[in-house]
Amino acid sequence: MAESHAHAHEPHGHAHHEPEGWFKHYFWSTDHKMIAKQYLLTGMLMGVVGAYFAYVFRMQLAFPGKPVPGYGMVTGADYNALITNHGAVMIFWVAMPVLIAAFGNYLIPLMIGADDMVFPRLNRLSYQIFLVSAIILGASFFVQGGAFGGAWTSYPPLSAKAEYNLTPLGPSLWLIAVALEFVAFLLGGINFVTTAMNARAPGMKAFDIPMAVWMIVIASIMFMASVGPLVAGAVMLLFDQLIGTGFFDPDRGGDPVLWQHLFWFFGHPEVYVVLLPAMGFVAEIITVFSRKKLFAYKTVLYTSIGTGVLSFFVWAHHQFIAGIDPRMANVFSVTTVLISIPIAEMCFVYIATLYGGSITFSVPMLWALAFIGEFLVGGVTGIFLGASGADIYFHDTYFVVAHFHYTFFPIAIIGTFAGITYWFPKMYGRHMNELANKVHFWITTVAFNGIFIPLFILGASGDHRRIFDYSNFPELATPEMQAMRVFATVSLLVLLAAQPIFLVNFFYSMFKGKQAGANPWNANTLEWQCPSPPPHGNFDVLPDVYRGPYEYSSPDRADDFWPQNSPS
Amino acid sequence: MTTAALPLPKPVKGPPLVTSEVFGMLIWVFAEVMLFAGFISGYNLVGARAPAGWWPPPGDPALPVASTAAASLALLASGVAVWWAGRPASRAAAGRALGIAVVLALVFVGYQVAEFARLLAIGFTLVSSAHGGFFYTIIGAHALHAVSAVVALGWGWRKLSNGALSEPLFAALRIYWFFVVLLWPVLFTVVYL
Repeated sequence: MAESHAHAHEPHGHAHHEPEGWFKHYFWSTDHKMIAKQYLLTGMLMGVVGAYFAYVFRMQLAFPGKPVPGYGMVTGADYNALITNHGAVMIFWVAMPVLIAAFGNYLIPLMIGADDMVFPRLNRLSYQIFLVSAIILGASFFVQGGAFGGAWTSYPPLSAKAEYNLTPLGPSLWLIAVALEFVAFLLGGINFVTTAMNARAPGMKAFDIPMAVWMIVIASIMFMASVGPLVAGAVMLLFDQLIGTGFFDPDRGGDPVLWQHLFWFFGHPEVYVVLLPAMGFVAEIITVFSRKKLFAYKTVLYTSIGTGVLSFFVWAHHQFIAGIDPRMANVFSVTTVLISIPIAEMCFVYIATLYGGSITFSVPMLWALAFIGEFLVGGVTGIFLGASGADIYFHDTYFVVAHFHYTFFPIAIIGTFAGITYWFPKMYGRHMNELANKVHFWITTVAFNGIFIPLFILGASGDHRRIFDYSNFPELATPEMQAMRVFATVSLLVLLAAQPIFLVNFFYSMFKGKQAGANPWNANTLEWQCPSPPPHGNFDVLPDVYRGPYEYSSPDRADDFWPQNSPS
Repeated sequence: MTTAALPLPKPVKGPPLVTSEVFGMLIWVFAEVMLFAGFISGYNLVGARAPAGWWPPPGDPALPVASTAAASLALLASGVAVWWAGRPASRAAAGRALGIAVVLALVFVGYQVAEFARLLAIGFTLVSSAHGGFFYTIIGAHALHAVSAVVALGWGWRKLSNGALSEPLFAALRIYWFFVVLLWPVLFTVVYL
């Protein structure tokens, strides 16, 4: 075999490096690194949009009936549209594109020692479809009746009939945007899995693959297994909205709960689809910054596969009060509580990795440790909601809101910041300012807890979510409860005020940061063995792999790291 | 124990287990299977929850089982033809088999279009009942897949006759067509019988 398979797939290999035009370089590139940056920047922009929505509705909740600076008076319809699209934007247009699409695109070819994805043009198409979906979602705010306001779960009949939701065009545009976004990630996922399967460097066996790549691959497979039923449901809901079919209309023989099944069959694995990549980043970061081998590599791998399989059997815990059979509720309670075992196992494995290591509290390490701690809170509070008896009380209260923010915020925000601060030197060849990053880390993490701890207490005292103005509900508008809402909102303002520190640091360091060199963290994985930023084609000479990714502090060597591609 | 000083032998990479084209197509087909699984479970769930004797609703016309079964034979035969085209044979023979497959597939799709037109004319539509909605959505989704697969086969046929169709790409096209063909008996059983 004179030539490896990875080398055979070279639509734009080292052979020709003709200068590209500005447009082709930034907007029509098939280079996985440029597509990753497109996804990253689009995701960050959408993150700002989603944060703005949160700011407006949190201000309304803390100070009902007062105009919100930067928005104006919030009507009930505005409020609904804002919470709906906050959820949708943060999950579909921030967590997914940044954690899976941006980092998956950036890291997979570099970490497995390939020069690009195996289907580069499919990759480009994926981002373009994603961009169109984001534009359609944005457009839904400017149509007659305004944006969809039926919650990101889009339950019929509210979402199916304009006479109920009073937004004739918003729900359909929303659904089309979500469906297109799924098509984009399907194309991306096919690329990720196929690339990781076929384009690995010679010598890289299954257990030599860095955990971040494994996790993104497993997450992509889960996404592809779960998205079909939701697309089927989306087609049916779209027909209900536009043609007037009766799939979810009980009057005409349909069943509204069917949508809930199809949605949550996707929706619950989706949590793990975004969780696993973040878990993978944490694995990379804690091994590098504790200079230790990842504890129980195979256990982590099998555990994440187990999580993936189990996550397909928990969806009905979202429907305990939707009138499902209590016997079925019992089954789903058991599976839901079971899934805490693999996740707890991963957390223990990470803690065991830290044990006895020589730990550096660098910025990525701080984020990674915060991820483990904060996600643990989200996981533990999930046990109350997974038990069907307790859930009857907690359902649709702020306890649920606080719980899933304690999972999604660590995943989508803390995990993303961990990833960005860790790989920034590779992406742009420069360091970010460490002091500014540390200030940003502490304010963000503390303020995040300040937002959601009060919401746990509010939820446990019976505070129902999706209420626009609590002054209409005297028993929920006591001074104590209102004080907690104000506390949460002020914490949000603090959190938002800290984000410009990061954004300025990010864009300033991109051009003016300290030069980083190829391997600033002394890491083993292949992406650190090529120049920073990697050129088109990534490696000067495509690497061979001789060992696993986590050989730190080997007693045989003078260096405390041992790059995967080093023959001796 | 290896000593750090000795360089390890350069690793060699064998050919891939499955080519990228085929592997990518298999993942795509997997996602498609889940799409139809969603449709089928929706159909079954709504059917199971309907009062006894109300699924399919009494007002809906009986679906044409016999003629559809006959048309299904054309689809299955085209699957056989595509399988035949994939066997090691001369390019001309493969091209002929692929041509026959495309014609048979068009017969099936043509029958579906005619059948849809007839059913629509007697008042059985997407909106006439949830059953009608499911019928047109599921069978229509399959028909759309068949059309897209026929276009893909036609494109493959042209490339094949130019000698520009690589074997992995041809294999991926065949897998997509096998998916469309083998899905049909499942849908036929669920929806028609």
